[in-house]
Amino acid sequence: MAMNLNPNKNVPETEGLKSSEQILLQLGEEESYLHMVMRRFLKHKLAVAGLIVFGLIILIAALAPVISPHDPNKIFGEFEAAPSATHILGTDPVGRDVMSRLIYGAQVSIAVGIGAVAIYVALGIVLGLVAGYFGKWVDMLIMRLTDIFMSFPYFMVILVLVSIIGPSLFNITFVIGLLGWPAIARLVRGSVLSIKEMDYVKAGVALGYSTPKILFQHILPNALAPILVNATFGVASAIIMEASLSFLGMGVRPPAASWGNMLTQAESITVLSSQPWLWIPPGLMILLAVLSINFIGDGLRDAIESQNAK
Amino acid sequence: MLQYIFRRILIAIPVLFGVTILNFFIINLAPGNPVDMMVNPSATPEQLAMQKHALGLDQPVWSQYLHWLVQLFHGNLGFSYSTREPVTQILASHIGPTVLLMGVSLIVGYLIAIPLGIVCARKQNSWIDYLVTGFSFFGISVPHFFLGLGVIYVFASKLLLFPTGSMNTLGGDGSLMDTINHLVLPVAVLATGIAGNMVRYVRSSMLDVLGKDYLRTAKAKGLSQFIITNKHALRNSLIPIITVIGIDIPMLIGGAIVTEQVFQWPGLGLLTIQSITSRDYSTLMAINLLAAVTVLVANLLTDILYAVADPRIRYD
Repeated sequence: MAMNLNPNKNVPETEGLKSSEQILLQLGEEESYLHMVMRRFLKHKLAVAGLIVFGLIILIAALAPVISPHDPNKIFGEFEAAPSATHILGTDPVGRDVMSRLIYGAQVSIAVGIGAVAIYVALGIVLGLVAGYFGKWVDMLIMRLTDIFMSFPYFMVILVLVSIIGPSLFNITFVIGLLGWPAIARLVRGSVLSIKEMDYVKAGVALGYSTPKILFQHILPNALAPILVNATFGVASAIIMEASLSFLGMGVRPPAASWGNMLTQAESITVLSSQPWLWIPPGLMILLAVLSINFIGDGLRDAIESQNAK
Repeated sequence: MLQYIFRRILIAIPVLFGVTILNFFIINLAPGNPVDMMVNPSATPEQLAMQKHALGLDQPVWSQYLHWLVQLFHGNLGFSYSTREPVTQILASHIGPTVLLMGVSLIVGYLIAIPLGIVCARKQNSWIDYLVTGFSFFGISVPHFFLGLGVIYVFASKLLLFPTGSMNTLGGDGSLMDTINHLVLPVAVLATGIAGNMVRYVRSSMLDVLGKDYLRTAKAKGLSQFIITNKHALRNSLIPIITVIGIDIPMLIGGAIVTEQVFQWPGLGLLTIQSITSRDYSTLMAINLLAAVTVLVANLLTDILYAVADPRIRYD
């Protein structure tokens, strides 16, 4: 994920001699900065552990059709069977294999977590850049809009919106993505305000570069670090959000398997007290996924902040 | 200061209008029609049209909005689409339990987090620091419904120490002890998350302050460690703590939806879910509005508290 910081993709292909020199200079600095952040990150043991665990969960999601012992939606003869050799984690009240559903559930969490955050980071970056760079009434308008969006209790609005447009994997990703941008927009705007007075941005303006080019190629790369940290924690909270919505029956709905909706069954006191294999494994998977991402985010923040302090 | 507060309130007014517009349009652009949900299926199209007319649902959205806004200024939030009761009455009967639950949870969470955060900062990198940091990561990462089901499993279903849900024993005397008994588990769940979040801010804020010169001075002139930590350092590390409290306060209204569902706690969260199921849009709008107003008020209070806690902050 840290590779997103790679400045290479921001190097324009055709440039005048002077500016390409400038960029090369900048590139050298950026790479050593990136290197330093990586080194500091790798020293953070919990963050590395988090990275490994999250990597494994992504691998499970990607390889689900290969490693899953059964079809997650296939109904077997035995309902609520206790764990056995054929069904490692038993079967659910409908007679589906819990282990297979657990494996496929990883796909949902990863898809919503990364999909939703990608949407709102993109929205937040554009709105933040525009607000910070143009200032005046544009800034005023976007920031008031940010205030309005931030005044709503996030989870409640997501719950209501999803229930209105209909619960589905796509819709919850879309709704979380649509409402998550204000924090990113504020962050980017703040960075832009401090960066836009820098000499290299003024040089870009003097050289007659187009505004989008200055925004995306000159300002954005220098504001990426805090966005990355915020987005990492965002993935964790989007995963909790999906799980909570699915748990409430307002997210991914059965027969599709999600870790959240697997826990819905435990609202029945019989399942809760006498069939713990039905609800403890998916709960632990959510906890593990969220914990590992929070460790990654913590490590990234430490690496970036202690770097900036120097 | 007064002038600053006044200006902040003036800025909050257009935001509040924006909130009402967004709130109204999100809910009213919904394809499902509440009338279809509440009239019995054998009703004729004429009866349906009459119902819609009676509720004003045949009007264009903007005119419905204006009507709603005018009623709002009269303190009238409309009538529930499903039970026909006034929405204000429904809200009034559900707000108490939620504020009780969240209020107690916030207080318990802070009472755990603030001392622990101070200890962690004083003994950085000790076993207790690692233990508390581990706990705080668990607190911010565990989904409320999983922790809720977990504590019900252990403490209610296996150990039989506490009831599994609701606010009072059915047919019981509704005494204070009974309510407290029902509060323990949901508060434990919510306070874990609140404390886990807060402890990190207290710790880092205290660490920041403990390295300052004036604390070395305080130590050099022979003040006791207790006074240094709890008077000099804590006071100066309050700003980030107030910020977190300001962010937490809106949870009093909208923070316990999932927990209320797990414990069947009869508050606003459970009401939200019921209103969603019955497409009771007038109630949903009122809950959303109430929650949004709480956020705006909390933001305002936070800014004022900054100035009270830190006289160096001046507004002009």
